[in-house]
Amino acid sequence: MSQLPVRSANFERYLTTRRSVTNGLVTFLAVGATVLVLIPLGAILFYLLYKGFSSLNLAFFTHVPAPVGEEGGGMANAIIGSGVILALASAMGIPFGIGAGVYLAEYGAGSKLAEAVRFTADVLNGVPSIVMGIAAYSLIVAHQHHFSGFAGSVALAIMMVPTVTRTTEEMLATVPSNVREAALGLGIPKWRTVISVSLRTASPGIITGCMLAFARVAGETAPLLFTALGNQFFGVNLNQPMAALPLQIYTYAISPYDEWHRLAWAGALVLIVMIMVSVTLVRIFASRGALKGGN
Amino acid sequence: MGVDIKVESLNAWYGQTHTLKDVTLQIPANHATALIGPSGCGKSTFVRCLNRMHETNPIARAEGTVMMGDVDIYKDASPVEIRRRIGMVFQRPNPFPTMSIYDNVASGLKLNGFNKRRVLDEVVERSLKQAALWEEVKDDLKKKSGASLSGGQQQRLCIARALAVDPEVLLMDEPASALDPVSTAKIEDLIFKLKSQYTIVIVTHNMQQAARVAENTGFFLMGKLVEFAPTTKIFTNPSDKRTEDYITGRFG
Amino acid sequence: MIRIKFQQSLDELKERLLVMAGLVEQAIQRATEAYSSRDQHLCELVLLSEPAINRMEREIDGLALDLLAMEQPMAVDLRFILSVIRINADLERVGDQAVNIAGRVQDLGTQANVDLPVDIPRLAMLAGAMVRKALQAFIEGDADMAESVLKLDDQVDEMNRDAFRSLGSLIKEKPELAPQALNALIISRNLERVGDHATNIAEDVIFWVRGADVRHNSQD
Repeated sequence: MSQLPVRSANFERYLTTRRSVTNGLVTFLAVGATVLVLIPLGAILFYLLYKGFSSLNLAFFTHVPAPVGEEGGGMANAIIGSGVILALASAMGIPFGIGAGVYLAEYGAGSKLAEAVRFTADVLNGVPSIVMGIAAYSLIVAHQHHFSGFAGSVALAIMMVPTVTRTTEEMLATVPSNVREAALGLGIPKWRTVISVSLRTASPGIITGCMLAFARVAGETAPLLFTALGNQFFGVNLNQPMAALPLQIYTYAISPYDEWHRLAWAGALVLIVMIMVSVTLVRIFASRGALKGGN
Repeated sequence: MGVDIKVESLNAWYGQTHTLKDVTLQIPANHATALIGPSGCGKSTFVRCLNRMHETNPIARAEGTVMMGDVDIYKDASPVEIRRRIGMVFQRPNPFPTMSIYDNVASGLKLNGFNKRRVLDEVVERSLKQAALWEEVKDDLKKKSGASLSGGQQQRLCIARALAVDPEVLLMDEPASALDPVSTAKIEDLIFKLKSQYTIVIVTHNMQQAARVAENTGFFLMGKLVEFAPTTKIFTNPSDKRTEDYITGRFG
Repeated sequence: MIRIKFQQSLDELKERLLVMAGLVEQAIQRATEAYSSRDQHLCELVLLSEPAINRMEREIDGLALDLLAMEQPMAVDLRFILSVIRINADLERVGDQAVNIAGRVQDLGTQANVDLPVDIPRLAMLAGAMVRKALQAFIEGDADMAESVLKLDDQVDEMNRDAFRSLGSLIKEKPELAPQALNALIISRNLERVGDHATNIAEDVIFWVRGADVRHNSQD
């Protein structure tokens, strides 16, 4: 049996110091990188608050835009419109995405179809948002001969699908196979196992994926340009052109009117806050549900 | 009440690998039967053929006859039906992590559409008592999740869950291999008590455990059933030299 | 080889048993030799060997117990250890018989030397041969050899019965020779017991090798 080399006390001290220094350096770099990433976010928020907060008032949330030249007015129509379009887009995109993810993870593993689905999802993910808008235009607007909030929702829904699909698939893959086996072994049919066991176990991750998809499309302007078009007036008819916050912000921002610029800043602030609030709310409800663990 | 199982010429494959070769044996009702053998000998595959879990693997295939009483489990019933009558407890405890203790035990019933509250309460209590876990968890049934229990408790929870659907046969695939000696002893005592109501098949690579709990023992080697005899005979004077070499530790 | 430690322990157990057997055989030989030559010194040696034999019996039992507790022996290993424990006890009792015989010879030493109508040396040789053969069967794990030992016991039993008859008549006819005759009778009885113990050892070997419990059966 050979002995471990005996090290002198000095050498030991040197090694220990070197370790601490390396440790400290890497920690510093990691923290620094995090701070670096947070700075732009903080800067944006701060700037928006600075520019937009002063224009926020009750009227902003309750009135539609005023005619050019007049004071006041708000973005009520755009706020509601965004809400409606996003709700419909989520209602279409999320189930579809989860369904595809379930297929990929639970039923189609290894099949050619699964390969094709995965590939399609990845490609869709990379498609520029304006192309999505054009696609929705040719599919829906051109046939219907009018713009509509519905077409906007479709465009956004398609954009949500790849993220939701991939996240669902990956989260389902993290469900340990022995948990699935336990369910199957009890004589629970496969479809029920997928819903009540696999999806339930993976739901925190899947919800995160849905939120990511939601947050991404909530701020998209380009797909709505040729579909929802935008609307000066208040309306919730999905068959008509509909206002949306990003659209409205864009329209106002490129306009020559100062009044509208101020509204645009306010709108941008409201948009970011809306996204942050909805994401936080979903987090709260999801974690509450998980602790209870029962239905 | 338990039911006996007759296996005839059972063959099984994983893809191209022939994992079970022409296995024939009879598992008597209301007895505990142990299956021993070195790693990869096919004993786990065999047991998974009994409740048709083998075929959940897409490249797996099985041929032969398995009769549970007078039901041919491959021809006369669907896998789902069979698995309700033949329960399984796995090597590593696998309670449903998102469910409470109550929901875990009741899952076999609830997830099959059965929802009558009062009956579920009774079933959960009965099963937990059968699994000798009731006293330890009765105050936390709905508050604690299944995964928050200790290893030995989790395994007894899985046993309770399997018993809740009232099977006739209980398959146990190395149920105590991940547990400490005290938990192992509790589970063995459980098997001893459950024998009178169920037919129990236990796969184990711990021969002392087989010796302690089972009346009959089957020795598997490389996919074949080498010897099947009363446990006392297997461990004091086996007929086949391969059996003797294995249990005396000459190989394996 | 798997279970090196266990195999070595089993080998050690066997070796110790054989060493003890050697001592016991030597004791029997010396005792019967002492009878033929009326050598008191040999009797002394036999008596002195008893503590060593008893100590070995305790050690062997202790080792066997440890192996049972620690190694979870199964099947043939379990039967082997069990038969070693039994053979151990039988050997110790053969040792006791040797001591008894030596005691009788010491007693005879104080009496006149007379010719007795009983062939003690031949009886001793038969009994000793039985023990040797049984032990050989143990060394080689030969159940057939063990079976042949069982058959020899009848001869020994018959010789012992004859000794009883002839010595009994002698005592009636010549009461003055009673002390010598009685000692010879007891020695004959001791040797017959040795034969019985050899039979037990042979039965234990058969149990170990074949797993068949043939004790208390009548042989055919």
